[in-house]
Amino acid sequence: MTRRQRGGKILSHVLLLPFLVFALFPFYHMALTSLKTDREIYDRHAVPLLIKQGPTLEHYTKLVTETAFLTWTGNSLLVTVLATFVSLVLGTIAAYALARLKFFAVGSFGTGIFVTYLVPTSLLFLPLAQVVNWLGLADSKWALVVTYPTFLVPFCTWLLMGYFRTVPKEVEECAMVDGATRIQALTRIVLPIAIPGLVCAALFAFTLSWNEFIYALTFTSSSDQITASVGVTGELIRGDIYFWGQLMAGAVLGSVPIVILYVFFLDYYVSGLTAGAVK
Amino acid sequence: MGRGRDEAHPGELTSVAVGSVGIAVAARQPLRVRVRELLDREWFLGPLFITPALILLVLLVAYPFGMALYFSVSNAFIGRPSHLVGFRNFINLWQSDAFRQTFQNAFVFTGTAVAFKLVLGISLALLLNQQLWFKRLIRGAVLLPWVIPTALSTLGWWWMFNSLYSVVNWTGIALGIMDPPGPNWLGQKYYAMTAVVAVNVWRGLPFFAITILAGLVSIPRELYEAAETDGAGPWSRFWWVTLPMLRPVLTIVVLFSTIFTFSDFNIVYVLTHGGPINSTHLFATLSRQIGLESGRIGEGAAISLYLFPVLAFVVYAQLRFVRKQNY
Repeated sequence: MTRRQRGGKILSHVLLLPFLVFALFPFYHMALTSLKTDREIYDRHAVPLLIKQGPTLEHYTKLVTETAFLTWTGNSLLVTVLATFVSLVLGTIAAYALARLKFFAVGSFGTGIFVTYLVPTSLLFLPLAQVVNWLGLADSKWALVVTYPTFLVPFCTWLLMGYFRTVPKEVEECAMVDGATRIQALTRIVLPIAIPGLVCAALFAFTLSWNEFIYALTFTSSSDQITASVGVTGELIRGDIYFWGQLMAGAVLGSVPIVILYVFFLDYYVSGLTAGAVK
Repeated sequence: MGRGRDEAHPGELTSVAVGSVGIAVAARQPLRVRVRELLDREWFLGPLFITPALILLVLLVAYPFGMALYFSVSNAFIGRPSHLVGFRNFINLWQSDAFRQTFQNAFVFTGTAVAFKLVLGISLALLLNQQLWFKRLIRGAVLLPWVIPTALSTLGWWWMFNSLYSVVNWTGIALGIMDPPGPNWLGQKYYAMTAVVAVNVWRGLPFFAITILAGLVSIPRELYEAAETDGAGPWSRFWWVTLPMLRPVLTIVVLFSTIFTFSDFNIVYVLTHGGPINSTHLFATLSRQIGLESGRIGEGAAISLYLFPVLAFVVYAQLRFVRKQNY
């Protein structure tokens, strides 16, 4: 590497620095606040960028023992896992049909899926709340299991259609020539090849439903039914008093499942994003 | 498909027997065989496979959308029978200051946020496309704001903009950019809008950067080499090669981002609740406040329907664009 190239490389890193600070600082500050003692948080002469009076896990232990945080996280997990699973199954078969099979009005259905994929959740939450009431699911986490697939299925279908199209038709036709039925060709040939796509769809579906907020906020309200996001943003604020240490601890812990997935599957997130996962 | 296949390979009797016999003597076959036979027909399997998704979307997307249309022209109120009132909700909305303010906010918010995301996104993508030491790590860091639950990360921003303990102000004062005590971010009109836009840019920038980066990587190197031999400097290479080649990606990214920024709810709800004095309300947050907190579902539905024209435009543009690309 010549000196000039090295200089250019260093310059790129220097120019990237403000972007990295912008992206990461909120998380740093959040984690830092959650580990500070109350005395230091509310000390107006302290330097807010560091912990100087010793770290503490007090906010975390209080969050776990004195609030229903674990129940909220359990609800989030239940809703997310079920909604992701259902959406993945429905999305996979629909995507296969739309990408591979020829039948009546297949093109219009594909367009329809794409359009529903773009419909923002904030457009439909009012009438959906009414539908949820009629289904007898008012103030129940099951309302979320039922409604999350409305944005996850179009999403999974759209993403998987792209992946299925990349599987060569010939592979499948070969199998069917050898006597496999269509279903067998799908389960034994196409799906194994499309595993990266399935993993990607599952990851994004999990992330989208873990992060969902407006439906959870609208359809559930009891402390034993709400999800982590709703609990942390709503229940930890009592009256006009904000427990900032505990709030930040909740925000950190509520993000942990996503961070774990993220660390292990970073490349899938990047490739999914470029394959059309936009929400 | 099935028939053609059988004719093409008449020799493989054992393996295609089930497939070919079924057509002629389906009625006499046991049910199991007939079902198997049917599942091999595309005209049957296709509709069968999309039916579950279709039922779900008709019941929980199309039907609620119809309800939203009905609510918007009725005087629906939580727990009370409703009557049609024509366009009264829409007319009433235009007479309310809160709504007119929201209408303006929505365009200011979307316009500035998308513009910032676009410019910063292109810059960040260009930087990420350079030779870097910790490529994966840096990409991971850049993408992080986009995967963390928005409601929770916005709580972090809420604390950063706190009127007494704002770390933003502390840093600004320490660097000498701000006069103590610094702005009251969430309590003053224009500062609140700035804060809301900043958080939206923060959360949406990764999507722009990573998608544009993918576009950058796919530009053929020869184009740059040709431009260089023609004596083009870095700036004209960017202007005449990079930007034109990125146009399809940029169009798609901006269209997607427009609809999701326009319909944003989480950031405003957590950070400002629409305040101070409605100066940061967006259609989604105002619709919730009027429709659920005050119970006037009709008016709330009318407000959220204002998202529809933008949605329709984006869908139309996307479909036209996608068709043109023969995708």
